[in-house]
Amino acid sequence: MDSKNFFKLLTAGALSLTALAGCSNDGGGTTDEKVSIGLHYELKGDAADYGNAELRGSQLAIKLANENEDYQFTYEGIEYDNGSSENEAITISQRLISDGVVGVIGPSTSAPSAATYPILNDAQTIVVSPSATANNQTLVDPDDPNSDVYEYVYRVCFEDSYQGAAMAQFAVDTLGVQKVAVYGSVSSDYAKGLNTAFTEQLEKLGGQVVANESYQDGDTDFSAVLTSLASQEFDALYIPGYYNEAGLIIQQARELGIDCPIIGPDGFDANTLVELAGADNLNDVYFTTAYTTVDASEKLQAFIDAYTEEYGEAPAMFAALAFDATNLLIEAIEKAGTTDKATVNETIANMEFSGVTGDFTFDETHTPNKSVLVVELVDGVQETAVSVTPE
Amino acid sequence: MKKMLNKANLYWLLFCVGGYALLMGLMSAGIIDAVNQTVIQTIIVNIILAISLNLIIGITGQFSLGHAGFMCVGAYSAGVMLKQIGGLNGFFIGILIGMVINAVLALIVAIPTLRLKGDYLAIATLGFGEIIRIIVLNMDITNGAAGLVLPRVVDFTILFVFMVVALLIVVNFTRSAAGRACISIREDEIASEAMGINTTKYKVIAFVIGALIASWAGALYAGNFYVINPGMFTYSKSIDILVIVVFGGMGSMTGSVISAVVLGFINSFLQSFSNMRMIIYGLALVMIMVFRPSGLLGTREFKFSSLFKRFTKKKEASQ
Repeated sequence: MDSKNFFKLLTAGALSLTALAGCSNDGGGTTDEKVSIGLHYELKGDAADYGNAELRGSQLAIKLANENEDYQFTYEGIEYDNGSSENEAITISQRLISDGVVGVIGPSTSAPSAATYPILNDAQTIVVSPSATANNQTLVDPDDPNSDVYEYVYRVCFEDSYQGAAMAQFAVDTLGVQKVAVYGSVSSDYAKGLNTAFTEQLEKLGGQVVANESYQDGDTDFSAVLTSLASQEFDALYIPGYYNEAGLIIQQARELGIDCPIIGPDGFDANTLVELAGADNLNDVYFTTAYTTVDASEKLQAFIDAYTEEYGEAPAMFAALAFDATNLLIEAIEKAGTTDKATVNETIANMEFSGVTGDFTFDETHTPNKSVLVVELVDGVQETAVSVTPE
Repeated sequence: MKKMLNKANLYWLLFCVGGYALLMGLMSAGIIDAVNQTVIQTIIVNIILAISLNLIIGITGQFSLGHAGFMCVGAYSAGVMLKQIGGLNGFFIGILIGMVINAVLALIVAIPTLRLKGDYLAIATLGFGEIIRIIVLNMDITNGAAGLVLPRVVDFTILFVFMVVALLIVVNFTRSAAGRACISIREDEIASEAMGINTTKYKVIAFVIGALIASWAGALYAGNFYVINPGMFTYSKSIDILVIVVFGGMGSMTGSVISAVVLGFINSFLQSFSNMRMIIYGLALVMIMVFRPSGLLGTREFKFSSLFKRFTKKKEASQ
C-alpha cells in the first residue's frame, strides 16, 4: 500500500470513530454533566462469581439510566477489581475517591467491605452495598450493636441473622420440622452468622439442632460426616455455606440416602449448584433468598428481559441486587437534582425505593426492611416461592 | 562509641532521616496521594516481612514456608489488644504479647524441625503456618472466620521507625559473629559443623529473630489496614513473601527492599488493567527470573562504606 492510500484509510478510520463517539451520547440525559459511579467488585478470587454478576447488574442499570429520557444526568461507571483482597479494596476505594465519584456500589462480600467503609465514609462518599450481609456490617464497630452507623453507607440486602432466622421459621411453620442437623462451613463469617441465627430461632420455636457438624471451604469429600449423619434421625439438613461445597454435599448426601428436606441460605443461589449437585438430586431443597424469578413482578420481568437480551443468560440474585443498588443511587441523584454528596445522602436515607428485589425503606442501621423469600427447587428448577418474616 | 559514628553510619542516618522527611513532605503536600500512601504502607509492611524471611532463607539457607503463620500471630495479638484496651497503648502491648507468643512458637517449631533439611523443613513449616491459621479460625477471641474490624492507630512515622529498626537488627545480625556462622551454614553445613559451629543453635537464633520481626509486620498490618481475618494468612501469603525475597535476591537485604518497592508499585499500577493483571504480573516475574536467576541483586548489598572505598580508590588512581 502506498502512503497516500494509507493516509486516506487513516482519515476514514478516524472519521468513523468520531461518528461512533457522537452516537453513543445521543440516548443520554439532557445535560452534558457526567456523573461517575464507582463499581468496586470482586472480579477475581474467591468471590469472583458474585462480583462479575454484580458488575453486569450495575452496568445494565447505568445503561438503562442513560437511555432514560426523564433523567437529567448522564452516568458512567468506573469499574475496578479488588481481587477479593482487603488490602486492594483499600487502594481501590482511594482511587475511586480521587476519580471523583459521587457514590460507590460494592464490594460484594463482607471482608473487603469492612476495609472499604471507613475510607469512603471519611471522604463522605456514598456506598450502596449490594450484598454485604454480615451482621452489623454498616456499623462503625460491628461487635457493638449500639455503635454509630456509618453515615454514608447503605445496603440493599438483609442481614445474615435475619435470613437464618427466616429459614428456621419456614422449617418449623411450613415444613413441620422439629429435629435439624446442621452441616455448616466454619471458614466464613457468613455461614457462622447464619448458623447461630438459625439455631436460636429454631430453639425459640421449639425445635432442636440434633447434630452440628462443620466443614472448611474448599473441601470436596464430605462422605465421612454424611455417613455418620445418615445413621442419625433428623427431619431436615441445614447447610449454611456457599454453592461450591453445598452442591457437593447435596449430591453426596442424596447418594448416601439422606432424603429429608435440605435447606440452605442464598449462598445456594447460583447455577453452579445445579451443575455440582445434579438436577436429579435437587428435589425437596429449599433456600432463602432476596430474589427469585418465580412469580416475577412486572418490574422484575422487565429487568430479566433486559438482562437476558444484554448478556444472553438469566440474571442471578447478585445481579438483581447490584441492579437495585445502582438504581437506588441513580434515583437518589435524580431526585436530589444535584451531585452534592451530602444532599444525595440525605435523600437516600429518607427514600422509599421500589426495586426488582422488592420495595423497601432503610432502618436506622441503613439496612432495608424487606421480607425473605424461600424458594423450593424441583429437579434443580425454582418452583415455588413464599415470603417469610421471622417472628 | 567512636566506631558507631563513622562516616558510613552517619550517611545511613542522614539517608533514613532524609528519606523520611522527603516522603513525609510529599505526603503532607499532597503530591503523594492517598492511593500511593496506601501503596507505600503496604510496601513497608512487605519490606519488614521480606527481610525477616530473608534472614531465614537467604542468610541461613533454611527454606521456611511458615512465615504467614508468624505474621498471623503478630496481627491477631495486636488486633485483640486493640479491641480490649484500645489506642496506641493496646497496640504496643499487643506487639509485646505477639513477640512473646511468637518466640515460644518459633522455638517449639525450630528445635525439632531445624534438624530437618531442605524440602522436609519447607513442608514442616508449611504445616505449622496452616495450624496457626486453623487455630485462629476456631478461637472465639479472634472472632473466627469473620476476623476483627479495627480502628487505624498506626501512622506513617510508626511504620517507618519499625522498618528502620527491623533493618538495623537484621543487617547488624548478619555482620555479627552469629550472622557469619549463619552464612557459613548456608554455604556448607557439613564444613561449618566441622569447624566447630553449633549449626542447630545458629539456625534457631536466626529463625526466632525472623519470627519476631514477622510479628511486627503482622501487628503493623492490623493497626493500619482496618480488617484482619484468617483468610489473609494462608500459605499463599507465605509464597507472596517468598516471591519478594527471591525476586530481590536471596541473601541481599537491599534486594528485598528494592523488590518490595518494585513489586508494590507494579501491583498498584496494574490495578487499572484488571483482566490482564495477573498475567502481566506473572510474566514480569518470569522474565526477571529468566534474565536474572539470582534475583535483582543476587547477594550484593548497597553499602556507603564500599561506595567510599570506590571513591578513594579512584582518587588514588588519578593521583
